[in-house]
Amino acid sequence: MKNKIFLKIVLITIFLIIFLVFYQGLKNSNIYTPNTNIKKDIPLLNVKIFGTNEVIKLKKIFEDDKFYLMNIWASWCVPCRDEHPFLMKIKNNKNIKIIGLNYKDNYKNAKNFLNELDNPYNLILSDNDGTIAIEWGAYGVPETYLIHKKKIIKKIIGPLNEESLLEIKRLFDEVY
Amino acid sequence: MASLFGFYSLVLGFCFSFLIIFLSVKNFRNINIFDNKLISFTFLQFFFVVLSFLGLILSFVNSDFSNETVYNHSHTSKPIFYKITGTWGNHEGSLLLWLLVLTLFVFLFLLESKEQKKKYRILTLLFQQIIIIGFFIFSIKTSNPFNYIFPIPNEGLGLNPILQDPALAIHPPILYLGYVGSSIIFSSSLAATSLNYISRDWAKHIKKWILVSWIFLSLGILLGSVWAYYELGWGGFWFWDPVENVSLMPWLALTTLLHCILVLEKRLVLTSWVVILSISTFTLSMCGTFLVRSGILNSVHTFANDPERGLFILIFLFCLIFLSLFIFFFFHKVEKKKYFFWLSKESSILINNWFMMYFLTVVLIGTIYPIFLEVLSSEKISVGPPFYNKLIFPLLIPFLFAMAIGPKLKWIKSDLQNKLYLIFFFVISFLISAIIVKSFNTNFLIYSILLTSAFYLFFISIRDFFSIKFKNFAQVIAHFGFSLFILSILFNNIFSTEIITNLKIGETYETEKFKINFEKINQKDGKNFKAIIGKFNIENLDGNIDIFNPELRIYNQPNIVTTEADIKTNLLTDKFMTMNLVQNQEYFNIRYQIKPFMVWIWFSVLLISLGGLVSLYQKKNEK
Repeated sequence: MKNKIFLKIVLITIFLIIFLVFYQGLKNSNIYTPNTNIKKDIPLLNVKIFGTNEVIKLKKIFEDDKFYLMNIWASWCVPCRDEHPFLMKIKNNKNIKIIGLNYKDNYKNAKNFLNELDNPYNLILSDNDGTIAIEWGAYGVPETYLIHKKKIIKKIIGPLNEESLLEIKRLFDEVY
Repeated sequence: MASLFGFYSLVLGFCFSFLIIFLSVKNFRNINIFDNKLISFTFLQFFFVVLSFLGLILSFVNSDFSNETVYNHSHTSKPIFYKITGTWGNHEGSLLLWLLVLTLFVFLFLLESKEQKKKYRILTLLFQQIIIIGFFIFSIKTSNPFNYIFPIPNEGLGLNPILQDPALAIHPPILYLGYVGSSIIFSSSLAATSLNYISRDWAKHIKKWILVSWIFLSLGILLGSVWAYYELGWGGFWFWDPVENVSLMPWLALTTLLHCILVLEKRLVLTSWVVILSISTFTLSMCGTFLVRSGILNSVHTFANDPERGLFILIFLFCLIFLSLFIFFFFHKVEKKKYFFWLSKESSILINNWFMMYFLTVVLIGTIYPIFLEVLSSEKISVGPPFYNKLIFPLLIPFLFAMAIGPKLKWIKSDLQNKLYLIFFFVISFLISAIIVKSFNTNFLIYSILLTSAFYLFFISIRDFFSIKFKNFAQVIAHFGFSLFILSILFNNIFSTEIITNLKIGETYETEKFKINFEKINQKDGKNFKAIIGKFNIENLDGNIDIFNPELRIYNQPNIVTTEADIKTNLLTDKFMTMNLVQNQEYFNIRYQIKPFMVWIWFSVLLISLGGLVSLYQKKNEK
């Protein structure tokens, strides 16, 4: 008889534990994001500056101890328009330099895009055939890399939004 | 208008629950005969839920966007067929459908159980009403299908295009018939336990319900699988996705229950098994509802996630579990031990039970372990096909042998007769499998043993079919179907080939056996989508040319791209091609698969269900 009561108590406890775990599980979010916090060296390449024939070494651009945001964009890319206001917001912070990489674009269209929406970039590089974006490991446009001390510390796939802005701010505050 | 009407009918149906409970408690204590008013009230409750469901269908057909559910899931440009099926293609509507089936089944139960005891009928009705009330509250409080929105939008958000498929239109209703049928089994076994009425008569009576739910559940799972194969274009029919597992678990429990009830009917043993399995079949279906609707799992069934809903079902589910545990502990009397020899029908069914419990446990752990791990250690893992294949396939071997020999045994004590032909068939199956596996150079040992066991069951069932002594057709058909099922899956695994490559228009991809030419693409406009249709021709080694036209559909409302596979089906193989966009490139991602015996997988599941149908028919004739 004692055994039976013991069994009942055990069973009920097991079910209670399952209940609690499920209850807790409800609160967790089930959105899975790939881990994009990577500390990777920036690729060493020579890149053409937008609108000129001048070639510059990527290493030289990211030389300082500053924060850099490298943003891959194109005038034909619709989400790039959505993220534009966020880039303008970031531009207000003088400690972050924004580098644009104009991806598989036509110079005239790109120029019009910047004239229409304003230019958030401190420097624009051009990537006519898309090879430089591949070296960076980009999946598509838009994509944004946060660079500090010549290392990529964060990669944001897709357009910037309120959330990624906070994330950038958090990483920025960690250093300063 | 229709929405308002629907909502009031729903509330009215809910009120009937209390009336029925009140009347049945009164009837339970006082009078000796069953009060027929209860049947009328149950019918009225069903009637009002039907009205409410019709109201929702009407709102969908008229595209009444003042109704939130319609707004979220419909669009004026949708074909009328999908407007109607869209009614249950969403969380709110499908719950209403669930309620509809619940009330229908309890009404049918009362009609069907006229020769049963009064107390048993009333108690079953009471337990069933508890479930019905739970679902009414769930529907009205957390997921009301008739929410009004103002200002009225001009256009709806549209139904997810991957749900616009005929197989999926009837998949939920059929599956629900299975799930809800298990609720009747649940209530009735609780009633029978508390009245100490677990007997051979009861077994005979509840067996019909078990068979019916089992048939519908099997067909429902089959339809879901057919849909996944043709619509999702992943090139498979079962992915061990949590939601698929969730429908498989009640099926495993129900199949075990089906075998146990046969023993109970003849010998009055295994009563604890029957009660526990009846309880767990229904709780597993409810648990499935919880996992799917609460958004605790990630899967293809993306119902809107709402923690409040999850919490409600969770509490409701555990109330039912504790209620049934309570009844089981306090009322269930273990039957007197009856002797049976180790080689007998009883023990073979017991062996079957333990195997089924093993498969059930594997699936259960694979499905909910990730949730446990995440809660306890905040680590995220996903359990995929390799886990299930490694744990399930090896154990299938003894299971299949037991399935072949078990039905031949007699009750209580048995002796194997005609050992000679059993051995003869074994040798033949082994030789056939060895030749097949050897000539295709795959993993020899495991595949040949698996094939041997499947062939063994195959031959033995064929022989039984023609033998004069053996006349349990239902069992033979179902077991034969199962052997065919396993054989088709194995052949499908061994012989399938897959090519995944990126191609531009005009390019050719060559392998030893065939050549894929990407000729051109065309554009076409559908009612609510634009299609890009690729034209491929594949030159096979023997000179035959197949033309494939896989499609990419760009739906306007909501804006979603789907891939339509082009599938050439014949009796022996399926050839399957899908085309996908590669972002910002002129290349298309092409996937070409040759999958043998696909049709046989569907056919064998149909055969298994047919076994159930035959059994139902046999019983009717015996009376």
